[in-house]
Amino acid sequence: MVVSPTIEQIREWLDEVKDPEIPVLSLIDLGVITQINLSDHEVRVEMTPTFVGCPAMDYMQREVIECLQRRGIDQPVVEINFREAWSSDKISEKGKAALKKYGLAPPPDNSLFTDLEILERAQCPRCGGDNTELKSPFGPTLCRAIYYCHSCREAFEQFKPV
Amino acid sequence: MNTAALKELLYKMADDQLILGHRNSEWTGFGPLLEEDIAFSSMAQDKVGQSYALYQLLHALGEQAPDTVAFTRNAPQFHNCQFVELPNEEYDFSLIRHFLFDTAEAVRFDMLTQSRYEPLAQLAKKIRGELRYHTLHANTWIRQLGSATEESISRLQAALDKAFPFALGIFEPSPFEDQLIEEQLFAGEQALRLRWLERVQTILAETSLHLPDVTLTTPEFGGRNGHHTEHLQPLLDEMSAVFRIDPTAEW
Repeated sequence: MVVSPTIEQIREWLDEVKDPEIPVLSLIDLGVITQINLSDHEVRVEMTPTFVGCPAMDYMQREVIECLQRRGIDQPVVEINFREAWSSDKISEKGKAALKKYGLAPPPDNSLFTDLEILERAQCPRCGGDNTELKSPFGPTLCRAIYYCHSCREAFEQFKPV
Repeated sequence: MNTAALKELLYKMADDQLILGHRNSEWTGFGPLLEEDIAFSSMAQDKVGQSYALYQLLHALGEQAPDTVAFTRNAPQFHNCQFVELPNEEYDFSLIRHFLFDTAEAVRFDMLTQSRYEPLAQLAKKIRGELRYHTLHANTWIRQLGSATEESISRLQAALDKAFPFALGIFEPSPFEDQLIEEQLFAGEQALRLRWLERVQTILAETSLHLPDVTLTTPEFGGRNGHHTEHLQPLLDEMSAVFRIDPTAEW
């Protein structure tokens, strides 16, 4: 290791790495970086997928490694595991605001998600109204559902609560 | 820990996910509605991804790498139940299979969150959340079509009658059943079957569909021991066609 950064610095660096499918959201805001450990010889980052079948995981892992290497960390260890499973509650407030601005309804709080009734309606990211209807719990990527807003008369997507 | 028992459990689960994932993917481009096309394709992606994670657990226990295990075995070396390898047929059969299998799968992963084998318990907690969307999808359509028109009801009932013996084949007992229960790796197929029946009956009670009498049905066993229908090998040939052209290719 050429440089000796702090954990806070590493978090700042990783905030530059974006979700390839939602480019307004950093991996830090998405909540998929679960651990950063420093020892004398090693920078060790643990990541966890949003969905087990997420096809972007290898890509994100590579991006994290390259980001750290650009900052002078020669051989960062980046491990993917399920030790601390991802849930949509791990998305930061900053991340939720970015999603909404991007036109994707942020996921509702998981503590409200005791049964699936909550999925019936979502707040439209355009008009903010809830005169909406779930069209399909499956969307263009594993983490999105498709809704229709009766006020805007247009479809929109929601980041699914998981 | 009884590694042989654990491996047997992981193999049959991973193989179920992989094979049904492949069958689901056969709906891509052919769904009766665009939303259904997307739904079955998404569930395919989930299931294949989940099988990969399970093969990774096996790899950590000394088995070969996921690609090797998925693409180089022949039908007698697969431990999936026969139910998942049956052709999709029409949408009615695919929907009934999705309902019956995914309900069992959701209960299985729920039980596995209590497994003493920590890597499996961690993965199960994750997969359990994802499967809520699969069962939501299945239950929504079964409720709607199971009490809609005469045609939708009779089609689903015929599919249910045909699928039921194969669905019971999901719960073929493992030779390690006692060890799995004793070591608290998994609470067992019998316990799973009971909880599954209860959930399936709860949904069907809201429809005009009737579950065949379980005491009068002979389960289609054999899949867990490598005895398969004639439908599995052609599926494997197609699934591994690209891999076999150049097994060392980098993607």
